[in-house]
Amino acid sequence: MTDTNEHSAKTGATRTRPGLIQRFMRDTELDTRLLGMLGALALIWVGFHVYGAVNNGFGAFLTPRNLWNLSVQTSSIGIMACGMVLVIITRHIDLSVGSVLGFCAVIMGITQVWFLPQLVGLEHWSIWIIACIAGMIAGTLVGAIHGWLIAYLSIPAFIVTLGGLLVWRGVAFLITRGETISPLDSTFKLLGGGPTGAVGSTGSWIVGIIAVVAVIALIIMGRAKRKRFDFRLRPIWAEWFIGIISVGAVIGAVLLVNSYPWPRGIVRRYADANNIEVPEGGLFISHGFAIPVLILLVVVVVMTVVMNRTRFGRYVYAIGGNPEAAALAGINTRWMTVKIFALMGFLAGLSAVVASARLGSATNALGTLDELYVIAAAVIGGTSLGGGVGTIYGAVLGAFVMQSLQTGMVLIGFDAAVQQVVVGGVLVFAVYLDNLYRRSSK
Amino acid sequence: MSDKTNLGTPLVEMRDICISFGGVHAVDHVSVDLYPGEVVGLLGHNGAGKSTLIKVLSGAYKMDSGEIYVNGELADIRSPRDARRFNIETIYQTLALADNLDAASNLFLGRELTSAFGLVDDDAMESEARKIMSRLNPNFQKFKDPVSALSGGQRQSVAIARAVYFNAQILIMDEPTAALGPHETQMVSELITQLKAEGIGIFLISHDIHDVMQLCDRASVMKNGKLVGTVDVADVTDDDLLSMIILGKQPGKAV
Repeated sequence: MTDTNEHSAKTGATRTRPGLIQRFMRDTELDTRLLGMLGALALIWVGFHVYGAVNNGFGAFLTPRNLWNLSVQTSSIGIMACGMVLVIITRHIDLSVGSVLGFCAVIMGITQVWFLPQLVGLEHWSIWIIACIAGMIAGTLVGAIHGWLIAYLSIPAFIVTLGGLLVWRGVAFLITRGETISPLDSTFKLLGGGPTGAVGSTGSWIVGIIAVVAVIALIIMGRAKRKRFDFRLRPIWAEWFIGIISVGAVIGAVLLVNSYPWPRGIVRRYADANNIEVPEGGLFISHGFAIPVLILLVVVVVMTVVMNRTRFGRYVYAIGGNPEAAALAGINTRWMTVKIFALMGFLAGLSAVVASARLGSATNALGTLDELYVIAAAVIGGTSLGGGVGTIYGAVLGAFVMQSLQTGMVLIGFDAAVQQVVVGGVLVFAVYLDNLYRRSSK
Repeated sequence: MSDKTNLGTPLVEMRDICISFGGVHAVDHVSVDLYPGEVVGLLGHNGAGKSTLIKVLSGAYKMDSGEIYVNGELADIRSPRDARRFNIETIYQTLALADNLDAASNLFLGRELTSAFGLVDDDAMESEARKIMSRLNPNFQKFKDPVSALSGGQRQSVAIARAVYFNAQILIMDEPTAALGPHETQMVSELITQLKAEGIGIFLISHDIHDVMQLCDRASVMKNGKLVGTVDVADVTDDDLLSMIILGKQPGKAV
């Protein structure tokens, strides 16, 4: 079947030489949406910094301390946003993730405070592992139940998870009778970040080197593969450009987290405990990457591979694009729905690990309103509520945008009501921009 | 039935198929068969039950009663995956493409090529897609775009490529030319003739009597879920077929 339109479009394209920017975008094959989001993030960061510098005499935003905290605060929402992308791509919604987070946190709390100390003793090495597993299993089961109700009983996801929002919060309250469960296991608490919950300078360099090697390997392997299949290659300069930018970003991140030192009090305690003499100007001990940030990083990498390189991910997109076509292609769409919601529940459980470890206790109120931030993060990150479109990195960037806005407004002293107004407005505006982008790119 | 191709074992035999939706008999005790290298037209009004019958064969619907034989053996078809295992491929009227995925992903949907680690191998799939498309539609270039960006004819060629690529023995085409221009319709006709020569059996659902007269060896006509009759196309005229469709009368019998 010939197509005359396409033919004429092609000859038309060769006649008008593309501009410099277009050629640059084409050769590097960069995603314009990704660049847009990074640009927005940069704008927010610089904007808050400059505003603080001008108005309060001190730009607090672009400091290692603030950016390090920002990364930790984003982790919990970011982890869940990775799952929400799948849910929204398949034209569902999950309103229950905040409550499921609270429920999982309570399960982990009672496991490590009420049960395990009696069985194995307080602060036993296995406590944090068993607690985490219990919480993540609880989340996975809750998600699977939601998915089953949606897929096999045909109850809309909105209703099932709206019910879940109330049910799991209520169950969490019933379990704890409203008490705050603490103190949590000290190893478990490391998973929430904080000075000791970070991998330190050497650890961060190891993470950085692994990332650099991975980036270079991906570029080389990608090029070899294109050669093998005789596809169009990126120009060498474009490969170098992407490589240098990526490696630079990794090294920059490592330098950043390593330039944020432990507070003096903690250094003194650490020095006393290890019999280290604190020199004259104080001891500089780097935080390095916080553990929750590394958890988020692993989730992002794994989920990106799942979405782009596995059949499961391909089917998620196919179901979102055309559920009927997916079913006719032999995909078990119902079972897929159960799996997707179970995965969402698992990630809510993982998020509960981070959130409750960071708080140092488990309460039934943990994660309240998180569902809204998670959905907002996914949507700001370009996930379409119409289904079929969305990326993991977009959702995580969306989470960073949300958190940056909030942090920034706290730093410059906006009160909570103004913060709500701004965040809500930004959500709506971001989706409007996204619509414009989609229309123009068609 | 004097046609010599109808000797031997049929490729597909659907016997006494019944399926009803909420008390309506969409397909009511219908039997049809298909031989290798043969094109059988399925005709009838909208709602006559042609698409429903064919969706039983492609695994999209589960029949209430009846039997399907493939190459003379009872075939248990409960899902699209089962149908594909019997080398039954379908080109749906709606094309059944996931609009947000590119041509290669659609072509291999449900049967992705994977690398040694079990990961989806997009480059290998694109390479294969380029090969098959260069045969079916040499002008096709948009391998990186989602199929929503393609024209009707290009989308159709993706749907056809999907059916042809996997060595279909039995091909179901539900109104393959309904959305196409005259030139593209001609291409589909040539493709049908070519596939037929390769020994593939084709069920062709069509509204166009001329298509049927030109391409089909036999025609089965349905009305209100029942089979009116199956005729050799060479033995009947356009008017005979029309009266079967409209009046539900077998030719040669008193009107």
